[in-house]
Amino acid sequence: MLERIHVIICGGEACSKQEAKDIKREFDRLLEQEGLTDEAKTVMTGCMGLCEYHPVVVMYPGEVFYQNITVEAVATIIEEHIKHGRIVEQYRIPEPFDRGKIKNISQLKFYKMQKRIALRNCGVINPLDISEYIARDGYFALAKVLREMDPKTVIDTMKQSGLRGRGGGGFPTGLKWEFAAKSVDDVKYVICNADEGDPGAFMDRAVLEGDPHSVLEAMAICGYAIGAHQGYIYVRAEYPVAVERLEIAIRQARELQILGRNILGSHFDFDIELRLGAGAFVCGEETALIASIEGERGMPRNKPPFPAVRGLWGRPTNVNNVETFANVPVIFMKGADWFKNVGTEKSSGTKVFALGGKIMNTGLIEIPMGTTLREAIYDIGGGIPNKRKFKAVQTGGPSGGCITEKYLDTPIDFDNLVELGSMMGSGGMIVMDEDNCMVDVARFYLDFTVEESCGKCTPCREGTKRMLDILNRICEGKGTEEDLDVLERLGKMIQESSLCGLGQTAPNPVLSTLKHFRSEYEAHVYDKVCPAGVCAKLTTFTITEDCIGCTKCARNCPVGAIHGKVKELHHIDPALCIHCGACKVACPVNAISTKPVMKEEHAHV
Amino acid sequence: MIVSGKQLITEEKLAHLYASMEENKKKPGPLMPTLHEAQKIFGCVPLSIQKIISRELDQSIAKINGVVTFYSQFSIEPKGENIINVCLGTACYVRGSQGILDAFSDELKIAPGETTADGIFTLQATRCIGACGLAPVITVNQTVHGNCSVQNAKEILKNFKKTL
Repeated sequence: MLERIHVIICGGEACSKQEAKDIKREFDRLLEQEGLTDEAKTVMTGCMGLCEYHPVVVMYPGEVFYQNITVEAVATIIEEHIKHGRIVEQYRIPEPFDRGKIKNISQLKFYKMQKRIALRNCGVINPLDISEYIARDGYFALAKVLREMDPKTVIDTMKQSGLRGRGGGGFPTGLKWEFAAKSVDDVKYVICNADEGDPGAFMDRAVLEGDPHSVLEAMAICGYAIGAHQGYIYVRAEYPVAVERLEIAIRQARELQILGRNILGSHFDFDIELRLGAGAFVCGEETALIASIEGERGMPRNKPPFPAVRGLWGRPTNVNNVETFANVPVIFMKGADWFKNVGTEKSSGTKVFALGGKIMNTGLIEIPMGTTLREAIYDIGGGIPNKRKFKAVQTGGPSGGCITEKYLDTPIDFDNLVELGSMMGSGGMIVMDEDNCMVDVARFYLDFTVEESCGKCTPCREGTKRMLDILNRICEGKGTEEDLDVLERLGKMIQESSLCGLGQTAPNPVLSTLKHFRSEYEAHVYDKVCPAGVCAKLTTFTITEDCIGCTKCARNCPVGAIHGKVKELHHIDPALCIHCGACKVACPVNAISTKPVMKEEHAHV
Repeated sequence: MIVSGKQLITEEKLAHLYASMEENKKKPGPLMPTLHEAQKIFGCVPLSIQKIISRELDQSIAKINGVVTFYSQFSIEPKGENIINVCLGTACYVRGSQGILDAFSDELKIAPGETTADGIFTLQATRCIGACGLAPVITVNQTVHGNCSVQNAKEILKNFKKTL
């Protein structure tokens, strides 16, 4: 019997830690106690995307969205909502645009502008139960492919759909499948690249945790199309929940003979095994990933030969990313033309972005290609918190670049972002405000690539290190005029001469900030000030009127540069200050200002 | 080797490792799964364990050492009993996680990557853990703490020490 009310509890990363499990337990306990277990049922799903308001609960029917739920709130919801059918106002989401009107999830502005294809089941089904996936037409695409289509038609459909690789590069998926299909060999492999290493991107995690079967189904379809019988999912060891849910999903699929021998009564065999990554960013590059599965150091190999010709253990191999695979079943259910009609001409479909940084609604969003950056950041993301000013948005992680206010109306697609000196990457979208120093941000990304460079080719191993040295110098106020030119020259050289995508894109964060925020670099080099007040050595620390005279700063100052009486405004002696920032850390009321005294011409930055 | 009063390598743990190697040997590419298992069993993969793996999987110790040192998930030295990870992913970094890492460093008197002399804490700067919605994020063992600040980081540490 179907229960009258379903309580959907978000079990995404933001929600599931501590609270969500306790909330579910409390619901189950009280429902049992009240004898309502025939009336209402709880389901824990994958990430719903609106992480900012965690933990969240959605009540069906009615799609009523409750936010910031606590264990104590559960009793009220059961009493009011479940027993009496009254909506509990105090836990509804605050919607600044039309407060008081919005009641259900699909009417929220955050969701209204999204189109969920890859995330269609995330936050809707219980990922631990294959029958919920099947109830949402799961594995129908695979059945259709196996019964009605030959491998060539499958590949033609994929080509027709215009789906491009969501891992970053944007290579047409259908074409990739075709290359692997054309390689003649009796053993071939399908690999799902789930080594999501871009800092700030967590869409693959959401798919793996919220809808693991969609990936399994797509891999089987791919196996059928290219003639492979074994698949591997290479997943980050940092995602233990994803690993666990994939293991469960694979086991359930085998039990129903959706994986294994003679799938769904056909003559096609296909099985999937998990392999764990071990914390190397470079393994997101497909040839490095293959080396890692083989038990080698994860170092990229020369291309050609491409994996489609010589991949895992020398056999033809097709590697696709998680989000790419998650789109595949939909293409076969709704048709290639339907998919092609979503998005733009050259980039069809949607893209999932992880909104992060200085933005109101942090979380996961899936938007049609062609949506503008402004719509994503302001309409869906809710803009910048604390009345700060937007400065830049960084896309593409360590391989991408920073985009400024001027270009916010650019429609998002693969080619437009490359043109702006950034890239799609795996979909991290980090918003920065006036308090972020762009030189420091560039340095942060370079620090990452230096650490993660595998060391195989010289330009990436040595070049990025030299660039980082220069940036460190600049941030410490020791930069020279020549440094900026060297940064640019070195960056271009590394782009042109590195072996793999990691090195080829590593200079992007530096080059794009040099292009769009040159004056900020110049302020560091010539005026020895950090306009955003981030680089401590280049920052003047002052105490504002907010000071409550608690003397904490004076006690924490290692050089005794702060004076003041108890309960009176304190002062910092600039001659003694060593710019360590200890006072800022110690201050309980945020009264230490780090705004620099800067020259007029840089004031606009 | 003895770590905080406990024997690092025991007969029981070794038997566990041998059993998992038997399983892994049946698969193509057994090295990575074996190393993951060893890391889980012993908390690190010291040279003595690498030698055993080398012998069993018939791969040179040089290659195995190369692989172990390449990946950040494998460590040669044992880690502390409790691991504090401060996420330095982009979303956390732009919301100030570097300051939080420095605060822990100060408080525990160790640099990131090091273990306290009593073997109780290891402090690590970690890559994006995918909880960007909660930035800045730290984890103490398996518990995730979101929306951290320098102040509440110290609080978390203080409270955690009480539970020890």
